[in-house]
Amino acid sequence: MKFLKYLFIIFFIMNLNNFKAESVDLSNKITKNLRCLICQGQSVYESDSDFANSLKIVVSNKIIEGLNEKEIYEFLREKYGDWILYDPELNKNTYLLWLLPVLLFLIGGAIIFKRFKITNK
Amino acid sequence: MKNKIFLFVSIFIFIIIFSVFYKGLNKINIYSPKVELNKKIPQYSSKLINSDKLVNYSEIFNYDHFILLNIWSSWCVPCREEHELLMNLSQQRNIRLIGLNYKDNVISAQKFLDELGNPFETILVDIEGVQAIEWGAFGVPESFLIFKSKVVKKYVGPLNENLINEIKLIIK
Repeated sequence: MKFLKYLFIIFFIMNLNNFKAESVDLSNKITKNLRCLICQGQSVYESDSDFANSLKIVVSNKIIEGLNEKEIYEFLREKYGDWILYDPELNKNTYLLWLLPVLLFLIGGAIIFKRFKITNK
Repeated sequence: MKNKIFLFVSIFIFIIIFSVFYKGLNKINIYSPKVELNKKIPQYSSKLINSDKLVNYSEIFNYDHFILLNIWSSWCVPCREEHELLMNLSQQRNIRLIGLNYKDNVISAQKFLDELGNPFETILVDIEGVQAIEWGAFGVPESFLIFKSKVVKKYVGPLNENLINEIKLIIK
């Protein structure tokens, strides 16, 4: 019986550890997608500036508060604008950014397809 | 015939791409944050300097006149330069100055104020820099003009005489 008790406690502690690791993973994932606004070409995750360090604390606080990834992005977007996200959402300011590569791909594909057809004939 | 269409289409695409890039050439690509805002102040609570009590933002910023929130720190050199202007502004009757002490320790903050004077009515303490993020600030110094719990204007970087005059005009 005692053995079971200890087993349970160990299991519980290990689970706690898991939870912590998950939240760290999530916070790393989020901060990698945030642009450090006062640095040049660095994400918040990579940077060691005051701004980035505070932002890392804010992100982990928000995870503890129970916000999910999307809600945290929304929160920061409201404070700092689209520019803070490396992966901007599709809206009227960014539709060209998102659709242009697809469009170029299709045009390129069409050209190759046509060429291929011609040489096959 | 097909060749002609191909030529025409590629020239057309080239012209579009050329014009997009040519237009982009003259565009200023330095990111500048929005300064004219009409945003509600964040909901948060903060410790005050020399006190352990947590005070809610809604209590501090509940005021009928203008409030200038200034983010400062004793280690920040531009803050030292703008401090005299803040002292000057605090003489005005229809504005209240509130300081947010950013990533500082209380002793050096107190020394800074003893040396240069204290223009602030209340000083909030932000050791981790978390509150500055809630305000949407980038660093020190930064100032927010607040009216009726709304941020009217944001000044990134140190205030200068022109900006102080602008604030004086707004609060008149």
